[in-house]
Amino acid sequence: MASKKIHAIYTDDDLLLHAVKETRAANYHISEVFTPFPVHGLDHAVGIAPTRIAITSFIYGLIGLGVAVVMMNYMMIQDWPQNIGGKPSFTYYQNMPAFIPIMFELTVFFAAHLMVVTFYMRSKIWPFKKAENPDVRTTDDHFLMEIDVENHDVEKLTKFLYDTGASEISLIENEQDH
Amino acid sequence: MYTLPRNLKLFSIVLIVLGLAGIIFGFLTTPKTIDDVKKIMAEQEGHHGEEHAVVAHDEEHTANFVDEARGQEGYSETSMEHATDLKPEGHGAASHEEHVLHQLQTRPWSATFVAAFFFMMIALGALVFYAIQYASSAGWSPVLYRIMEGITTYLLPGSVIVFLIVVFAGTHFYPWQNHDLVAGDKILQGKAGYLNFPFFVIRAVIYLLGWNLYRYFSRKNSLAQAETNNYEPHRKNFKASVFFLIFFLLTEATMSWDWFMSMTPHWYSTLFAWYIFASMFVSAITVIALVTIHLKNMGLIPFVSDKHLHDLAKFMFAFSIFWTYLWFGQFMLIWYANIPEEVTYFIIRIQEYKLLFFGMLILNFVMPILVLMNSDYKRIPWFVVIAAVFILVGHYIDIFLLVMPSTVGHNWSFGIPEIAAFLFFLGLFIFIVGTGLGKVSLRPKNDPYIKESENYHF
Repeated sequence: MASKKIHAIYTDDDLLLHAVKETRAANYHISEVFTPFPVHGLDHAVGIAPTRIAITSFIYGLIGLGVAVVMMNYMMIQDWPQNIGGKPSFTYYQNMPAFIPIMFELTVFFAAHLMVVTFYMRSKIWPFKKAENPDVRTTDDHFLMEIDVENHDVEKLTKFLYDTGASEISLIENEQDH
Repeated sequence: MYTLPRNLKLFSIVLIVLGLAGIIFGFLTTPKTIDDVKKIMAEQEGHHGEEHAVVAHDEEHTANFVDEARGQEGYSETSMEHATDLKPEGHGAASHEEHVLHQLQTRPWSATFVAAFFFMMIALGALVFYAIQYASSAGWSPVLYRIMEGITTYLLPGSVIVFLIVVFAGTHFYPWQNHDLVAGDKILQGKAGYLNFPFFVIRAVIYLLGWNLYRYFSRKNSLAQAETNNYEPHRKNFKASVFFLIFFLLTEATMSWDWFMSMTPHWYSTLFAWYIFASMFVSAITVIALVTIHLKNMGLIPFVSDKHLHDLAKFMFAFSIFWTYLWFGQFMLIWYANIPEEVTYFIIRIQEYKLLFFGMLILNFVMPILVLMNSDYKRIPWFVVIAAVFILVGHYIDIFLLVMPSTVGHNWSFGIPEIAAFLFFLGLFIFIVGTGLGKVSLRPKNDPYIKESENYHF
């Protein structure tokens, strides 16, 4: 489907935030916003659903905890019980205080690393991937808002965006390769 | 402007009266002579024949606490043998009955002290939290200043009561005040330069003066700030807060050694002061959150948003974990090293107080973690209230376990003296904090950060 989009560039994050709010209030559809740094409150203003990555992090933490318990039980109790400092090594719970630091470490390790991997997969980024952002200046000091033209009047939309403080407005057509 | 609601006022007064009656009852009904004790013990044996089986089973179970691999059975018993500060002789008792008599007479003292200190430390912790806000020039919290000041109103009466208890408790709490014992104990003689009664009282007076003076001047400056249009009172408060925090961290350490660790003067732990501080801090922040929710429900603080509650709940969550970290740090090192001098502290707590000792971990660690883990739940008042109840009950038990095993040993129970002391100080706390909150406007006008605080958003 041939779609038309408008790229509006802003030079200030406050300006961008106001523009996003106004654009949404005027019932235009924002498909994406590119910023050089995380802008506070932007995800809420654009109307993106709250992230669920915290839930995955909790689950990964539980997995890490489980792995630590199984691992220490296998290593220190079943496979090769060792007498370290005279601590009882016959059952897991008797020796548990010694294992708690490991349980803690693996919980954090799993939660952190798997959460990063999840984030990369969810954001569809991987090594050597070609950058998707349409304008290199959005990695420096410019902010870009992408609006779907849909069946709106381009002239009116451009005028509207100009009034919100956009410093550059360009019409992008037929983005088939995306 | 807040006024303590009539029902709550009446409720607090009823609590005070009931509690006071219970405390007096507790003191009056302690056994006076060894004959009384013998009678009580005979009665207990008649009634509780079955319970002995349970106790025996328990002992077998807790033997796991010590070294099975080395085959040292009875290690904990041997360690306890050497812990003269926990044994009858430690309290100057000649016989087992005299020892029991001493412990039973100590019980109302301990019960009162646990509750008195618990509520005093809430006020003190709130004062420290308040000082940290000033010293760090926090932008989010000035809307809560009047609430914290209201809670710290309790510091003066609370700390005076605690002071009186620790000074007059004598050998009920502190075996090192028993001259006969010190005369035959090299360790206590070595510590006598620090652990002697005059210096003990001097230190207690210094704590009392330092904490209350800071509270007095910071409150004065804070109120003066609302009346002026320069920032001079705020600057003074900033300086006072910095010095108070230094003073507090030093005195808090010696306070916890003096009032708690010296109950078992042979035993020591370098982490102890931090551990008490963690308990104090998390309880105080929890009470700040509770009072905030109470005032918010009454519609008196429209300038406090759920963002502020969210931050308080984060502190509750974080410091619950901090407390657990310190608790475990202390426990694991002692468990791992298994040195007779050190393990006695935990042996008595695990053998005699098992349910409370491990139950406390669930209340103070597992419950706050589960209830407050989710970010959204930290903004829902009733979720915070649930977590707060767990935390406060848990830390009351924590203080209970600091005092009781060291002073009354296995002759503990949770009866009229304990409940009455808790009710009395709860009533006093509600009454004084409610009155303290009511005197001025709850919005700290003219504070340099008040605008930032009201617009606080994250």
